[in-house]
Amino acid sequence: MSGISYQGNNGIPHYTGERLLIRGGRVVNDDRSFFGDVYIEDGLIKQVGENLVVPGGVKVIEANGRMVIPGGIDVNTCLMKTYLGTQPVDDFLQGTKAALAGGTTMIIDHVTPEPGGSLLEAFERWQESADKRACCDYSLHVDIPQWNESVKDELEVLVQDKGINSFQVYMAYKDVYQMTDSQLYEAFSFLKQLGAVVLVHAENGDLIFEEQRKILGMGITGPEGHPLSRPEEVEAEAVFRAITLGNRVNCPVYITKVMSKSAADTIAQARRKGSVVFGEPITAGLATDGSHYWSKNWAKAAAYVTSPPLSPDPTTPEHLHTLLASGDLQVVGSSHCAYSLSQKAIGKDDFTLIPEGTNGVEERMGFVWDKAVAMGKMDENQFVAVTSTNAAKIFNLYPRKGRIAVDSDADIVIWDPDIVKTITAKQQQSAAEYNIFEGLECRGGPALVLSQGRVVYEGGKLHIQQGTGRFIPRKPFADYAFQRVKFRNQVNIKQGVTRGVYDGPVHDVAPTPKYITPSPSAKTSPTSHQPPPVRNLHLSNFSLSGMQSETT
Amino acid sequence: MNLNRVDLKQKPELLTLKPANHEINLNLYCCCNQADGPHLQPHLQLHLQPHLLPHLQPHLLPHLLPHLQPHLLPHLQPHLLPHLLPHLQPHLQLHLQLHLQLHLLPHLLPQATSEAGAAKSSDRLPVAQSLTSRGSQLKSHVKEPSAPQTLMKAFMKTPEVGTTANEGSRSSSSSWSPVWSPHSRMSERRFCQEDDCSSLLSRLGSDSPRPRIKYGGMFCNVEGAFENKTLNFESFSPQTQRRRATRSRTEGPDGGDPGRGGAGRTVVFPSGHARENYGRREAGDVLPAQEEQLPPRGKSRPNRTRTGRGGRGDRLIIKGGKIVNDDQSFYADVYVEDGTIRQIGENLIVPPDVKTVDAYGQLVMPGGVDANTNLHTPQKGMNPVDDFYQGTRAALAGGTTTIMDHVLVEPGTSVLAVFDQMKEAAEQRACCDFSLHLDIARWHEGLYEEMETLVKDKGVNSFLFFMAYKDKYQSSDSQLYEAFGVLRDLGAIAQVHAENGDIIDEEQRKVLGLGITGPEGHVLSHPEEVETEAVYRAITVAKQANCPLYITKVMSRSAADVIAKARKKGMVVYGEPITASLATDGSHYWSKDWATAAAFVTSPPLNPDPSTPQYLTSLLACGDLQVTSSAQASFSTAQKAVGKDDFTLIPEGTNGIEERMAVVWDRAVFSGKMDENEFVAVTSTNAAKLFNMYPRKGRIAVGSDADIVVWNPKETRTVSAKTHNLNLEVNILEGMEFRGVPAVVISAGRVVLENGQLNVTEGSGRFVPRKAFPDVVYKRIKARSKMAEARGVPRGSYDGPVHDVSSMTKSVPPTPTTRGPPCPKTQAGLRNLHQSGFTLAGSQIDDHIPRRSAQRIVAPPGGRSNITSLS
Repeated sequence: MSGISYQGNNGIPHYTGERLLIRGGRVVNDDRSFFGDVYIEDGLIKQVGENLVVPGGVKVIEANGRMVIPGGIDVNTCLMKTYLGTQPVDDFLQGTKAALAGGTTMIIDHVTPEPGGSLLEAFERWQESADKRACCDYSLHVDIPQWNESVKDELEVLVQDKGINSFQVYMAYKDVYQMTDSQLYEAFSFLKQLGAVVLVHAENGDLIFEEQRKILGMGITGPEGHPLSRPEEVEAEAVFRAITLGNRVNCPVYITKVMSKSAADTIAQARRKGSVVFGEPITAGLATDGSHYWSKNWAKAAAYVTSPPLSPDPTTPEHLHTLLASGDLQVVGSSHCAYSLSQKAIGKDDFTLIPEGTNGVEERMGFVWDKAVAMGKMDENQFVAVTSTNAAKIFNLYPRKGRIAVDSDADIVIWDPDIVKTITAKQQQSAAEYNIFEGLECRGGPALVLSQGRVVYEGGKLHIQQGTGRFIPRKPFADYAFQRVKFRNQVNIKQGVTRGVYDGPVHDVAPTPKYITPSPSAKTSPTSHQPPPVRNLHLSNFSLSGMQSETT
Repeated sequence: MNLNRVDLKQKPELLTLKPANHEINLNLYCCCNQADGPHLQPHLQLHLQPHLLPHLQPHLLPHLLPHLQPHLLPHLQPHLLPHLLPHLQPHLQLHLQLHLQLHLLPHLLPQATSEAGAAKSSDRLPVAQSLTSRGSQLKSHVKEPSAPQTLMKAFMKTPEVGTTANEGSRSSSSSWSPVWSPHSRMSERRFCQEDDCSSLLSRLGSDSPRPRIKYGGMFCNVEGAFENKTLNFESFSPQTQRRRATRSRTEGPDGGDPGRGGAGRTVVFPSGHARENYGRREAGDVLPAQEEQLPPRGKSRPNRTRTGRGGRGDRLIIKGGKIVNDDQSFYADVYVEDGTIRQIGENLIVPPDVKTVDAYGQLVMPGGVDANTNLHTPQKGMNPVDDFYQGTRAALAGGTTTIMDHVLVEPGTSVLAVFDQMKEAAEQRACCDFSLHLDIARWHEGLYEEMETLVKDKGVNSFLFFMAYKDKYQSSDSQLYEAFGVLRDLGAIAQVHAENGDIIDEEQRKVLGLGITGPEGHVLSHPEEVETEAVYRAITVAKQANCPLYITKVMSRSAADVIAKARKKGMVVYGEPITASLATDGSHYWSKDWATAAAFVTSPPLNPDPSTPQYLTSLLACGDLQVTSSAQASFSTAQKAVGKDDFTLIPEGTNGIEERMAVVWDRAVFSGKMDENEFVAVTSTNAAKLFNMYPRKGRIAVGSDADIVVWNPKETRTVSAKTHNLNLEVNILEGMEFRGVPAVVISAGRVVLENGQLNVTEGSGRFVPRKAFPDVVYKRIKARSKMAEARGVPRGSYDGPVHDVSSMTKSVPPTPTTRGPPCPKTQAGLRNLHQSGFTLAGSQIDDHIPRRSAQRIVAPPGGRSNITSLS
């Protein structure tokens, strides 16, 4: 019954009903590997095991002993992140194409509403665009550009009706997205109640702002100003603060884009102390380092600009891989956000204007294999965990995604550890004209990719259909993140001490205890020193709202 | 300028150094070898200034003699005389003798006697006669008629010293003038043999481990130390009229020290007599008849009033103690005069009328420096019950001789005015030396000038910023960064109260919401992590601004760990645990007794983890934390009870100023974690170094302030609110026993604690100004400032395509993102048609009527119009 199904809400018919048998492969899940066949029907895995009884006439894919792994989940892409009115060159079509070519069968994209804009509207725009163009399943994170009361209502709707369970907050981008600690505390508390995971962009925006001014003042305008103004400590500090906030509120915290050793170490230590915190290194941080910011070629240097920046320390990638292998970091994202060279050139005279983002959705799984598994740091099960399963668990997609098991989605990759590929912008799926991994060699790659039970990539060729990607709604209170939180809630109830009423003497508090200074200093801040009230006789509440005819 | 190893023969150019350069000359003369003497000779002639004489090596004297001009003689130090005399003998002409100071005469006397040909030195009269006769012979030469009498008088009186000491043994003139005793001859010889080793000054330390000479290091010159080391000639000169204060004195033993088996002897020269005689001569009525009626030595003296800057302290000698500095310990005596340590060593030459402090079997340590007290900072409108007087009194009772108090500058007030006000208040009340930190409640650019003045002219080099107390004192990261940058440029140290005020604010609301209003709510709403986070952030900000950072009140393990880790990464950061956090823990917040629980309320709170004190002590011992302070801020129970229904209103602060040193001794030294030198470092020296009071404070060295504690490590004391020296009616350490007690405390040269008796003078404390750029802190910072220059990459300009951006204007939303209180932003956009520049200046007649912002017209003139009613 190979038929047409109408899954998804886009109404576009697509073929999901292929019956497939993957034979002779080694099924690798995050917990174990075993030899077995996988039978797929209607985009779902129907049987897993040896000697399967399958209907006749099914298409058989010979795995020949290669690994059969759950398709990758890229938890961090920005395919529609508008920067000064321009969109990244990789939209949902280009981006998901690249993802599939790299073995990733699901992306979770960031919805980035404008400050002041509605979260719901933005979410709908994203969903609409993705439904039309995405060619693999997707889900969405929603970024909270600022914290206020109206946001709360929207968040509630998003969680309860729209299937979103993760929201990003910013500790950087002063005066734009940055939240104060108080706001973060409130946001964390609120999201915890909703059962959503908090994603944190962890950098100290105040310090970055000051450093940027300083660096620009020194006459440094090139891309090297970017890492100079965003030093590692600033990232580590914010990570530490975010974790502290998370501990106080008792909610799970997910740190996006762990780029430096010290930030990663901070997460590892916090986990050792029992914090519910997750860390996500990205492709760029795992495969290359920040020395390129000092490249003589402006275009090359600018291509690496992302926030937090790549650490100039060349040992960083190795360290991050080690932590990934040991489980101190959990998820690999790509933070794929591809801007063309001309878009990057907006900041040719001021590094703070360079749009931030690197590519990596296509190379993500390859580099983890190459740098961790092939090097012997990590086994294949852990590889599956960090590229797919952990993400599915944290964001409540498991076991639908991230596992080869009966009734899971048939997002499957046949992984060939022997493929060797040299990364180059000429052969990439992304529309960007530059690839930050240009020239790097990468062992391991997908031989065949199944998305929703259909072969979408085989032998280096993509067979995709625009708009086949479905939005995957996610429920709140993911067990993996919230189980501990729930128990701690029960345990951590604070109790007062029952005492008799204090009936001793009580000091009289003088009503005005303030110093009266005879001569205030000449220069004081406008904030602390209100001018004596001068009566402005003409100040009234009368004003004209809206545009006036002579405004122009 | 260490000339120790310089061969002067090969470097004659050294000798042509300008005589004006005092320092060089000093070192030159102190350090040159015996063999260099002849080479020096011509230069000596050139350069020999009176002020150099005290520093001369004895072996140079023979070379000196030809040049010994009469005007130089008055400046000869007594200790040089033994060496000088043999050489002097042939040259000692009468006209020279006259120029010798009278106080030198006792030493010269045998010489004079022999010259007079009177072999029977025991017989006073002939000698006196000979002197008198010589005096009369000289009358023609000398203008001053009284000179012979003066000489005579000196002679008549001096032997009595011997008699007093040795119970009338007539032949004991050698005992009061030990320069001629066989023993001292021996020592003199030994002295000469070792001459080429090093300078005379370095020998002052001891026989035991020889102190190192480090120029610019710990033995670096204290400003003015050399002047003070010589006798204060000014005070002897007849021109200056000086009144001398009444002093109660105990007579020190005059002769050798029996307890020390004669190994260390104290040379006494009766300068007191000379001085008196001088005074008389000055008065002009010198009658031989009256001379006989002079009261014998040892009885009460005429009252003298002391005055002046130099005349504050007693003259003291601390005997037999083990001197403990932060780098070494050694046995030596300490001689204190005019509030300054003048001599350290075993064979001290001191005036006779000094008070002796017995320190046998005890430790002589620099007085404690308490780097954090709040004796005058009001909280919530209440002044602490222990002000500068009570607080410093308690400090002295505990062995602390210098406090550094915090001056809170409320937002909007003038920093300078507040500082002056506090300084004045402290000067009137404090009984020990003090210095001041300034707490900047709200940083803004306008403070720069005032801070510059404070640092450059007022002697303040540390400023505290708050990361807690939201909407009150809290500074945002941006403000901290800016302020730290300014402090670095000024050479000051940034201090922070490190707690995340935002989180605390939220937590307080939450805890109050749970119905918890007692003091336990304080610790519940100030969790450890919040402190740790702020410490981490402060270190990050300081790292970025390249500014030294001092974390006040480290109360938890994890905060201390963060500091330790940062130090391992090379940050210039210092941590200060306080008495309370070293001695007790936060379990008392859950006490059933409200008053007890409230007494412990301080911020950051004491940690409920009972292992915290141990842990902090360990870090203190290994140097990861550097300074101990008390964070003393005492609020009575009645004052604390302001917050009886809401823990957020309880004024914060614990006692600890008195117990600080004992707590550290008991917890760290007695338990074997720390040695006595480290003890001195963490209680005194480190703070003095960090805040640039070293070596004036924090060290027992010649030229340092005489702030000394004689520490008795064996005695035990139990802390109780009944016996402590504070007004406070509770003590958080009630009932705890601490080993180690200050036996004697000397502040500015005065004994303020002895035999358990405090004897303090209100207002005797001086303000200790501190210079900017303390070396310990800023050497690294300076080097890093040079290194940290970031450089751009020289590139050709990018000439590729540039994406066209339609709306380049960044939209800045009005949301405030700073952690501080939101600044009122100017509202742009709406056109206010009525806004004009027209205003009335000054107060108006109807100012007392409160102004309404808007007026709602309920019954408009012309009646209501209700359009909807038309339909």
